[in-house]
Amino acid sequence: MSAADSSEDRDDWRPTASLQALRLRAQLLRVIREFFAERDVLEVETPVMAAAGASDANISSLSTTCHVLAAARRLYLQTSPEFAMKRLLAAGSGPIYQICRAFRDGESGRLHNPEFTLLEWYRPGFDHHALMDEMDALLDRLLAPAPVRRLSYREAFIEHAATDPFELDTQALAALAARAGLNDALGGRFDRDALLEFLFSHLVQPRLGTGRVHVYDYPASQAALAKVRAGEPAVAERFEVFVGGIEIANGYHELNEAAEQRRRFGEDAGTRRRRDLEPMPPDERLLAALEHGLPDCAGVAVGLDRLFMIAAGETRLDAVMAFPVTRA
Amino acid sequence: MASYSTNEFKSGLKVMIDNDPCSIIENEFVKPGKGQAFNRVKLRNLKTGRVIERTFKSGESVEAADVVEMSLQYLYNDGSEWHFMDEASFEQYTASGETVGDAANWLKEQDVCTVTLWNGAPILVVPPNFVNLKVTETDPGLRGDTASGATKPATVETGATIKVPLFVEEGELIKIDTRTGEYVSRVKE
Repeated sequence: MSAADSSEDRDDWRPTASLQALRLRAQLLRVIREFFAERDVLEVETPVMAAAGASDANISSLSTTCHVLAAARRLYLQTSPEFAMKRLLAAGSGPIYQICRAFRDGESGRLHNPEFTLLEWYRPGFDHHALMDEMDALLDRLLAPAPVRRLSYREAFIEHAATDPFELDTQALAALAARAGLNDALGGRFDRDALLEFLFSHLVQPRLGTGRVHVYDYPASQAALAKVRAGEPAVAERFEVFVGGIEIANGYHELNEAAEQRRRFGEDAGTRRRRDLEPMPPDERLLAALEHGLPDCAGVAVGLDRLFMIAAGETRLDAVMAFPVTRA
Repeated sequence: MASYSTNEFKSGLKVMIDNDPCSIIENEFVKPGKGQAFNRVKLRNLKTGRVIERTFKSGESVEAADVVEMSLQYLYNDGSEWHFMDEASFEQYTASGETVGDAANWLKEQDVCTVTLWNGAPILVVPPNFVNLKVTETDPGLRGDTASGATKPATVETGATIKVPLFVEEGELIKIDTRTGEYVSRVKE
């Protein structure tokens, strides 16, 4: 510890959130639980530590060593409770929700903390549009009234970046990204999806306005765990929710075919190999559950810290977190 | 060659962008829930003073700029170049008129300035926040007028012209805020 750290006037023991903000958190958590109780959605808890972590090459899992029956096992801290909740759905749970901590290594900033609170819920029999309706019903209780819009990913790009993301070739996307300030965009180091993600976050998102916008039907290459709907072009039945241009939720009409899930795990493994990242074994228990049968359903994960930040009228996550990682 | 990874980015860090040394003003981590992470950075070009925005893929490395800030004593101007000295090592540095720029208005021999060196050569000269300079030319003083708030132009020993209150006389020493170029007060010698 340096001399400066041990000085008597250090105040980094204090919470970064006001007590008023912490009371608001508690109150909104109560509203969320009431909402789901009224609708007979069951609150569940699943392990924070799991044998398999996120396969997605853009998400980095934290891990710990746990001694189970005298054997040391490496367990990953969940980056979301998705796999465990799908196993419950396959076991016949019916509609379920969970409020839990999720962990993502390396994510820290004004709108990121490596440890954060997620609300995740699943609705058998819903598609992504029905779930967006329910999302609106919940947000209407948590946030101040604001205009609500629904735009397809394609419409959002055309409206805010004057570009059709499905028509432009990768070269043209790179030229657009270079003009918008992406370093070395023309150097060929970015694949099509990375360019689209840059353009979406730098050109589209800031122009979504102060209200609530659902963006749906993403490029099939960005399906993650969503069903892909055939068409010209094929799109992923995935949606994200933005409030004041800030992403607060990501949902899917859930992929429920074991063979396709195994193929996507394989694709992620290939991306991890190419980027020289730590390999992540596929979650065999999830695959076994999908083989048993996951009901047709939609699910969504909501970043509660961001939602609470918006409800409190703040612009930084640490204004609504008792102790962000810098004070943990 | 030294470089910094985006996870080392913080304000004040000096990096090379398009072959110019830049200082990071602001660094924001941008990451969609699914997808590539980026660092969106605001930088000041240390040669031109212009502020630019650039986005990097998180994890990418950027060449470090060999930039240091030193307190150097201003010695003299030989008509084309400006000479400075490190009072500790007696090492001397020369800067062009272009580099000195508007700071020339406030440089008085023996004053200590903040000089930014890139690869050992001055690229930016910042005078002290306050300097005392002698008035070399101004209209005759209006004695006793300390209340009207009216001003008149005055030329100081460096050749710069500033606005001063009517009561200021030729030959007097005045204190100037170099950040605004404004008169602050008279100084007793």
